[in-house]
Amino acid sequence: MTDMFQFFGNEILLDSSVMHERLVADAARQGLLDVAYHTVDTPLGPLLLAATEQGLVKVAFDRQDHDAVLAELAAAISPRILRAPARLDPVARQLEEYFTGRRQAFDVPLDLRLARGFRRAVLDHLAEIAYGRTESYAQVAAAAGSPKAVRAVGTACALNPVPVVLPCHRVVRSDGSYGQYAGGPEAKRALLTLEAA
Amino acid sequence: MIVKPFEQVVTEHGPMVLRVCRAVLGPADAEDAWSETFLAALKAYPELPADANVQAWLVTIAHRKAVDVTRAQARGPIPVEEVPDRPGGAAAWNGDLWDALARLPDKQRIAVAYHYLAGLPYREIAEITGGTVEAARRAAADGVKSLRAVYPLEGAHS
Repeated sequence: MTDMFQFFGNEILLDSSVMHERLVADAARQGLLDVAYHTVDTPLGPLLLAATEQGLVKVAFDRQDHDAVLAELAAAISPRILRAPARLDPVARQLEEYFTGRRQAFDVPLDLRLARGFRRAVLDHLAEIAYGRTESYAQVAAAAGSPKAVRAVGTACALNPVPVVLPCHRVVRSDGSYGQYAGGPEAKRALLTLEAA
Repeated sequence: MIVKPFEQVVTEHGPMVLRVCRAVLGPADAEDAWSETFLAALKAYPELPADANVQAWLVTIAHRKAVDVTRAQARGPIPVEEVPDRPGGAAAWNGDLWDALARLPDKQRIAVAYHYLAGLPYREIAEITGGTVEAARRAAADGVKSLRAVYPLEGAHS
């Protein structure tokens, strides 16, 4: 019985990418595409990019497990999540320019709803640390309004929802060593080396 | 709460829904019905209970879309001439089987599609189509019997 019916599945998905694109376009038009995502290849490995209608909401490194990150977004924002590269085109293009040394600042709308309170204050300050510069965790704590919250700055950086675009990699230890990074210490070293060139 | 991203639902069940749409509506309307089914599913997805049978839920939506399409067109038999007719063994055999499926009476075609292509138990099929479990079982059995009469050489494709 199975033999006879498995043939109904053959060659039927030839247009599946076209059909998927149409679903994405219809969903976006009807305001049902709550989270769009795309994966881009970078010198740091594949990066997951996700955006709501407001803006870029998540950037995740490969070691963070993209499936797990998408499940978190589904729980935290909405399960109406589709692979939809178009919404991520601007940031994908800017990332490529950044990694090839042709861009120093990102200009895309951000949706920072995943970070609140002090963590949000830290993110707001990150945007002010210029390309090629670094600040210590203590400096960032002071700038974010809580000079004693040095450890909390470390947490805020570790949980930065949009790394690379908001440059938590520019926050280093007071002794000049790199410190932790969501993308791994090698990724942080690579970014700071790129920006020092 | 549902935490599975909808993209995963499309990946896991997209092919099944397309087979069902094609079996019930024929190739000409299958892709439209597929798109409308997943768009409607996306809309309702956040309210879907965590323990819901996603497969049955999607077939239920697809069934409503198919009924809509059929009513809107109020047409006769599915235009079998639009079945892709490519040369070559498996593809041609496959097209012929679609053709035979398309010629089945509606109830039989739907029961065969939902049971054998979507993998739903007759209890679910009866809920979707509004008949009895026994009627769904009989319709599928009659449908398969007709298909077998046309294609007694099951397995000859390989």
